[in-house]
Amino acid sequence: MMKGRAVGLVVIMCCSMFSLAQESKIGKLTGHAKAGKGLYRRYCVTCHGPHGDGEGENAPHLDPKPRDFTRATFKCRSTPSGSLPTDSDLYDTISRGVYNSAMPPWRPLTRQDRADLVAFIKTFSTRFQEEQPGTPLPIPPQPPTSPESVQRGAELFQDLNCWSCHGKEGRGNGPTARTLTDSKGYPILPFDLTSGMHFKCGESSDRLFRDLITGLDGTPMPSFSDAMKPDQIWDVVHFIESLQASKKENRLIRVLKGE
Amino acid sequence: MGIATVKKIGIQLLALGALLATVPPVHAIPAFARKYNLRCSDCHEAWPKLNHFGQTFKDNGYQLMTGRDAPIFQQTSYFPIMFRSTPFWHRESNNRVATDIVPGNPGSGQVESQVTKSGFDISGLDIVTAGTLYKNTSFEVQPALDKNGKFHLLTYYVRFDNLLGSRWLNLKVGLFALDTLLSDDRELLLSNTGGFYQSYYFTPIGDRTTFGLGDHQLGAEIMGHSINDYTRYAISVQSNTDGSTNTTPNYYDIYGEFSQGCEVPRLGLETIGVYGYLGERPTYFQTSNGTPIDGAGLGNRSFSRAGAYGLWYFGKFDLSTFYLHGQDNVFLGNNVPANQPFNLPIGAAGPTWNGGFVEAHYTYNPQFILVGKYETAQMSRQANPATRKALGDVSVWAVGYRWYPIMSSRAGLAWHQEYARGRTVGAAPLTGRNDVTSSFLMGFDFDF
Repeated sequence: MMKGRAVGLVVIMCCSMFSLAQESKIGKLTGHAKAGKGLYRRYCVTCHGPHGDGEGENAPHLDPKPRDFTRATFKCRSTPSGSLPTDSDLYDTISRGVYNSAMPPWRPLTRQDRADLVAFIKTFSTRFQEEQPGTPLPIPPQPPTSPESVQRGAELFQDLNCWSCHGKEGRGNGPTARTLTDSKGYPILPFDLTSGMHFKCGESSDRLFRDLITGLDGTPMPSFSDAMKPDQIWDVVHFIESLQASKKENRLIRVLKGE
Repeated sequence: MGIATVKKIGIQLLALGALLATVPPVHAIPAFARKYNLRCSDCHEAWPKLNHFGQTFKDNGYQLMTGRDAPIFQQTSYFPIMFRSTPFWHRESNNRVATDIVPGNPGSGQVESQVTKSGFDISGLDIVTAGTLYKNTSFEVQPALDKNGKFHLLTYYVRFDNLLGSRWLNLKVGLFALDTLLSDDRELLLSNTGGFYQSYYFTPIGDRTTFGLGDHQLGAEIMGHSINDYTRYAISVQSNTDGSTNTTPNYYDIYGEFSQGCEVPRLGLETIGVYGYLGERPTYFQTSNGTPIDGAGLGNRSFSRAGAYGLWYFGKFDLSTFYLHGQDNVFLGNNVPANQPFNLPIGAAGPTWNGGFVEAHYTYNPQFILVGKYETAQMSRQANPATRKALGDVSVWAVGYRWYPIMSSRAGLAWHQEYARGRTVGAAPLTGRNDVTSSFLMGFDFDF
């Protein structure tokens, strides 16, 4: 009798876990995988493939390659490296798109549609049934930018070997840059921090801070949450933003001079 | 099933659809699909009808805003060009055509007869090249080859996007369609009777105004939109030649449009919009040896079109609704030069009318859509009070479906079938009775 109850309980728990994986929660929104399936077939399948493995008909032509949802490995997260993203993380990525890739911002889709898509994307990996998403890492308030914080950030950039990938001047041309691959073995180039381009996971200082503490899973970019204290991470953020700003300023000056 | 039965069914199937002649030019641009590796269904509910993502893409200046919109990111062999054509079979019928009593003998007198014709035909060829010249600088050129082999320009513009870094400021200059979410260029129906929005082109009988809300116009447009494109506006100034490149304007028309969308849980995006067009047309011209001098129009008189529209989504089912109120000056309405007011009929007034349509779609999936439409345009005041009030009133209904067996990020092919029936009050040429036309069309609509 007891054994039967235990089996029943396990079945119910499995079902409820599976059911949760079929849904997404973004604020007050609940997304449903069933509704997301049709949307996925309309909007996503050509790149991410019918099985969510990133092997859609366009995949051979794309660089970077489309995300393989079956691995449940995502670059843009608020959660610790190696953990599952929250539903909101996936929702934000769909809404924002991934800059400088083939993934456009899907903000024109309704919020409900995007929530439904998140629910469906989660069905491609059993990890979403077996694990809970990681706990979002807190982002402390940003201290004011100063020449000193930029200088400290520059020193950390050197000390932590960021330059080995991103280059001494942050141009994405470090000594290891040409040897890097992503988790599926595709070549991947480090970001040119001086390019003035948008960062993949968002533009704000907070987003950049988050990239540094979570790392970009599936890429060689690690998490620095253990290597630096929050103030130090902010210093690095300020340094990186100074590289971006100088690039933009230089470009503006050249335009104004008519060069 | 015997051969006779099969033949009978075949004939009925052919007959079940038929009337049309000209497939209007429309937009669906696989060049974008090739550029961005997207399927038709990403931007189109069912091409050529745009979905909201496609509308946003268009409003961004044919940019996805991924940072790779400039042509420098494309392979050098890529060229942004698209071809579209539709070979089809159609059947056209008109119940009141003036025909000679003895064929070939005009002197035998005329009667009104039903004339029905059918056969294979082609739509001509649409060629669209559009895309970006640089980041935030886009263009579109659309020459169309009609089925007689004659080229004409439908669209020809350059657009400067996101001026001052703001999506609320985009400038377009050239020959372009007036901004609206219910584009006549993207009408799903194709037949002669049902393949365009009657309300857009309705003109009272005897009126000299040359204008169609769906006509492409020569001018400049400022438009802007929110990041999700739910809020949009457009203001444009155009030459008063109704888009004709062969004549010189003597004044400028203005057009404005505003729309607002909002999400309704479980239903979708619901959008309402308002628009207005204010223009002038000359009522006579300076002449040389009796021939009007181009660009020397005189006696301008005004006309206006204004109304509202809505896009209503209920899951897979959606409705497009449109309302228009039209008004022309008394001289335009009576086709009387403004310097000859004594030629106006007694009690003459500016004609007014109301038009509108309801178009329903059921998108079973991205590869199959059902379409139904009813539209009408009805006079509320005739220019000449002696004219029968309902003269010229139009009503049309149409049903059809499109099936897209081929839909990739490179090309598309649709099987199209449609039936439409229209009635114009008092338009019979001899008796002044109601004129009824019907069209059945079925064919392969493809672009690549």
